[in-house]
Amino acid sequence: MMDRYSLPHKVFLYFCVVLFLGFILLPFFEMFMTSLRPLEHLFRSPYQFWSDDFSFKAYSQMWETVPMLPRYIANSMLISISVTALALAFVIPAAYAYARFDFKGKSLSLGIFLAVNMFSGAVLLIPLYKLLRNYGLLNTYFAMIVPGAAFLVPMGIWLLKSYLEKIPRELEDAAFMDGASRLYTLRRVVLPLAVPGLIVVGVAVFLSAYAQQFLFAITFNSVKEFMPLPAGILEFIGYQSVKWNQMMAASIVGILPVLVIFLFLQRYLVAGLTAGAIKE
Amino acid sequence: MTHASGDLLPYQGERGGSAQKKQGMLQGLMRSQATFAWLLIAPAALYLVLVVAWPLVETVRLSFTNANIGGEAYIGTANYEKLLSSRKFGQTVSRTFYWMFLSVSFKIIFGLIGATLLNAAIPGRALFRMLVMPPWIVPVAIGCFGWLWLYNGHFGIISGALQYVGILDGPFEFLAYKQSAFYSAVVTDVWVGLPMVTIFMLAAMQGVPRDLYEAAYVDGASRWYRFRRITIPQILPVIITMSILSIIWTFNSFEIIWILTEGGPRNATTTLIIDTYKMAIANFKFGQGAARAVIVVTLLSVFSLVYLFALHQIKKRFEAA
Repeated sequence: MMDRYSLPHKVFLYFCVVLFLGFILLPFFEMFMTSLRPLEHLFRSPYQFWSDDFSFKAYSQMWETVPMLPRYIANSMLISISVTALALAFVIPAAYAYARFDFKGKSLSLGIFLAVNMFSGAVLLIPLYKLLRNYGLLNTYFAMIVPGAAFLVPMGIWLLKSYLEKIPRELEDAAFMDGASRLYTLRRVVLPLAVPGLIVVGVAVFLSAYAQQFLFAITFNSVKEFMPLPAGILEFIGYQSVKWNQMMAASIVGILPVLVIFLFLQRYLVAGLTAGAIKE
Repeated sequence: MTHASGDLLPYQGERGGSAQKKQGMLQGLMRSQATFAWLLIAPAALYLVLVVAWPLVETVRLSFTNANIGGEAYIGTANYEKLLSSRKFGQTVSRTFYWMFLSVSFKIIFGLIGATLLNAAIPGRALFRMLVMPPWIVPVAIGCFGWLWLYNGHFGIISGALQYVGILDGPFEFLAYKQSAFYSAVVTDVWVGLPMVTIFMLAAMQGVPRDLYEAAYVDGASRWYRFRRITIPQILPVIITMSILSIIWTFNSFEIIWILTEGGPRNATTTLIIDTYKMAIANFKFGQGAARAVIVVTLLSVFSLVYLFALHQIKKRFEAA
């Protein structure tokens, strides 16, 4: 067995961990504390660390300040789910092809797919804007779904490919030898076996889609009814004053769903995401 | 990694049959496989051609026009000439590189420290590993709203705490001054990128064979020596990968700066991406915006080529070893 940590060592390690996690969690901690304080207490000077009046009032008041809030949350979900469905529809067949078959141009085309990761949507906004305008898709849900999904397809292909490569090939060959068509084999033999991998890839795509709605929303959509939550929250910034406590409460509500999903699946997600990069 | 190409051929099994017949079947299978594979890939490829490749080509074309909301006309390289002779644009480029350098260095250094901490055999590490993740998974925009509040001079906790310990003698608006706004944006960018770098480095550290450490320990190597001589070389490929991916992402980072400062005050946080966005989307000068976008894409391509080259070198080294 290796050397154990001495007590001062341990104290030092924990001290560093606290500093590190303190930095990571500070904004969340402060968001939560702010959401519990009445607005007047937030605007006290000099700065006070503690209020004598903590309450969850902001969590009920925020629905009145921004009446569209439920709609924004629903929009966020709708957009992320649509992006995930659309992306997976393209990802599944392509990932299967890369995982199973050998063909000319395989690594080159895979490389080109991955190169897409290099661009953020930000550099392509101008033509995308014109494209969406020409097809009358500006200011619709599609304006946020169609470009959103495109940038997640390469990641999805890469993740799912690594997973599918681990499914034993014998099963497919057996089905194929028995006269099943390739498409039938894919649907009835491979996909059922790939369910755990599909869930991981689907959740990873969903989380990314949920995280990245802001840019396309503020650029391609100006209709309030279609706004996702990250853009909708800006409404708490009023002309007169910013309702910070409610804004932070809405932010907490907005991140809660992804945190819950993550909590349940974190082990699989982390393993799935890092596997491709580390396997060397 | 296996490099034997047999791995990629269809499973051959231990079935009977003459070798010749098998050979013929195999070739037919290969051919039909290629067609089938391309059919499966085609939808994804077409989709990306429409949403990524075509816009890219269109951006290049627009950069040679004076396109705006009214119309467009070919004006040659005028947009580029204007950019290259502009002192302001030169400042934006050097600011972008400085921003990238600072942010990526901090992500890598603190990612390495964080991964080492989370890899240490101390009680509670499973919990700590989980607590690193939130900035990675929550929407970037929402995290930035939190930072916006943190940086508030009168009511934010950072200014408040610094006043409390006596470093500041009055409220300080972090986002209102050129210098402090720039470094505040760097801190937030590091915050967004750090969890992913940490987790990947941690995964790499967990993959280092334990016997290496045990052998070194038996030989009396100190912790620091083992870290320098075993951990670092073993996870070097991941360090390089993470550095270059961080460079690309930091270069592309838009939401953080846009939410915190919109590129201000007085352009102090205007990076190339922000400049492109302002020109194209806020001012509707599509042509001039496109020229900036082309420069961004060119620089990104250079970074990616460096990445591919580095990967190639790593692979060669690993195969030699």
